[in-house]
Amino acid sequence: MSNDVPSDLRYTKSHEWVRIEDDDIVAVGITDHAQELLGDLVFVELPEVGAQLGAGSECAVVESVKAASDVYSPVGGEVVEVNEALADAPETINQEAYEGGWIFRLRLANGDELEGLMDADSYAEHAESEDH
Amino acid sequence: MLIYEQSQPGRRAFAQAPKDKPALDGVPTELQRKAPPALPEVSEMQAVRHYTRLSRKNFSIDTEFYPLGSCTMKYNPRACNSLAMLPGLLSRHPYAPVTHSQGFLRCMHELQEMLKDVTGMREVSLVPAAGAQGEFTGVAMIRAYHDARGDAERSEIIVPDAAHGTNPATAVMCGYKVREIPTLDDGDVDIDALRAALGPHTAGIMLTNPSTVGVFERKITEIAGLVHDAGGLLYYDGANLNAILGKVRPGDMGFDVIHMNLHKTFSTPHGGGGPGAGPVGVSERLIPFLPIPMVGKDGDGYRWLTDKDCPQTIGKLSTFAGNAGVLLRAYVYARLLGREGMVRVAEYATLNANYLAKRLADAGFELAYPQRRATHEFIVTLKKQAKEQGVTAMDFAKRLLDYGFHAPTTYFPLLVPECFLIEPTETEALDALDGFVDAMIAINDEAHSNPETVKGAPHTLPVRRLDDVRAARELDLRWTA
Repeated sequence: MSNDVPSDLRYTKSHEWVRIEDDDIVAVGITDHAQELLGDLVFVELPEVGAQLGAGSECAVVESVKAASDVYSPVGGEVVEVNEALADAPETINQEAYEGGWIFRLRLANGDELEGLMDADSYAEHAESEDH
Repeated sequence: MLIYEQSQPGRRAFAQAPKDKPALDGVPTELQRKAPPALPEVSEMQAVRHYTRLSRKNFSIDTEFYPLGSCTMKYNPRACNSLAMLPGLLSRHPYAPVTHSQGFLRCMHELQEMLKDVTGMREVSLVPAAGAQGEFTGVAMIRAYHDARGDAERSEIIVPDAAHGTNPATAVMCGYKVREIPTLDDGDVDIDALRAALGPHTAGIMLTNPSTVGVFERKITEIAGLVHDAGGLLYYDGANLNAILGKVRPGDMGFDVIHMNLHKTFSTPHGGGGPGAGPVGVSERLIPFLPIPMVGKDGDGYRWLTDKDCPQTIGKLSTFAGNAGVLLRAYVYARLLGREGMVRVAEYATLNANYLAKRLADAGFELAYPQRRATHEFIVTLKKQAKEQGVTAMDFAKRLLDYGFHAPTTYFPLLVPECFLIEPTETEALDALDGFVDAMIAINDEAHSNPETVKGAPHTLPVRRLDDVRAARELDLRWTA
């Protein structure tokens, strides 16, 4: 089982991805590996637009028939947009974790925090090692 | 077909109908209903056939081996039912005066005393009406204790990831933040992570011992010392009490509060959402906060203890004193076993689990914690089968139903991939355990030779594989004609 790990994204140990879209705007979602571990998603709880998030803070919940799991904000900032479509179609995360399955967009508080995230190779290695 | 769909106007089932027309004297006319209630109108034979047919669709402890890990699905002795349903107990109204309830109150007082004795706690309140309410009560008492001392800074409850799954929810319900700490590869709590998490903000820790990975926490006294030194309290989740009943006592390990699931450990009927019973036991420092009403003894007489006796109590949890019928069954169970019998519960529960673990390991199944002795339950990981044959733990679980076994707990705890949490309990005989091993071996062979059979299971039950994803996404529980 090998999952898709796009090389243009940044990753966290807790299986979130970050895409840099504009100077200070990033999109956040959960990885293909994470959605596969969770199985079919049935519910996504989105953050509020305008919420101020710290790096590593709980900001969303993804729930499958197996488990409910917190999503942590990879970096700090203000939520500027959330993916409302997930409310009716949580399965989008299963189908396209990196495209239509984005969860929220954030205005970065501190761009340096991106430096602390993993690149695709390190994340692929991390996911492999957790798979025992 | 629902019984409502079988209804025909004018049909009557005499055996099930009320014998006398109820007297409505004194009920004001405007409160009396004009139209009869919309009950199904069926014949006596239809009613008998309908419910007998439904009962045959049940997969239950009365019909099959039910090794559902962490749930302790043991046999419920019929003696507990018949004695709890003696007419004097069955007809006692909760508002009956204490003078007319001495027998019942004595049973409850003795149950309190027996639970104190077997857990090593200083006092017990029987009133929580379910395990979840017991947990809520336990953490509410921790909060009341800190509040009473003016210790308002304590905002966090520490929960190891091998704790029972309800613990984080309980802490949040009581207004605490949850701080999760990891488990080491050998199943014990990561002490370094615990040290790092402890501080002036720590209200307490919630532990399940043995934990949900099926091993006994060996450093429990060290953990208790660290948490107490930081000013926090220790909560014991009684989910796995069956493993240690009469052998080791949570009170002696240093716990301050414990809830017991009588519908697990004390063999009262279990499943389908209740009714349950989740009594709580406490150490010295939490006694003032116990929920009321408890049963007290003055001389030879018994009475309810109320907020007059317990001014600092967290209060009542329901109108009366918990689920009396469930508590009575647990009382009879404890009396039938006696002190010696309780020890045998833990011994045979542990022996059965270790026997099953060894036989499955010998047959080539992978244990999640092979270096540890199992307690009353253990974990098999089917990740190799999932990877190589594409046959998952869920497929194995569904196929077991075809072989006449209820599936073990699947995909819990979350930290072990493709896991089966298997708890045989002490009430199964050797041939049932061997039968389960044979079925697991047969399914493993099928996973190699004919994986589609396993992936398509169940094949022999009233319904095939249910679409649980669709059920969760499009939940519809309403029946309309």
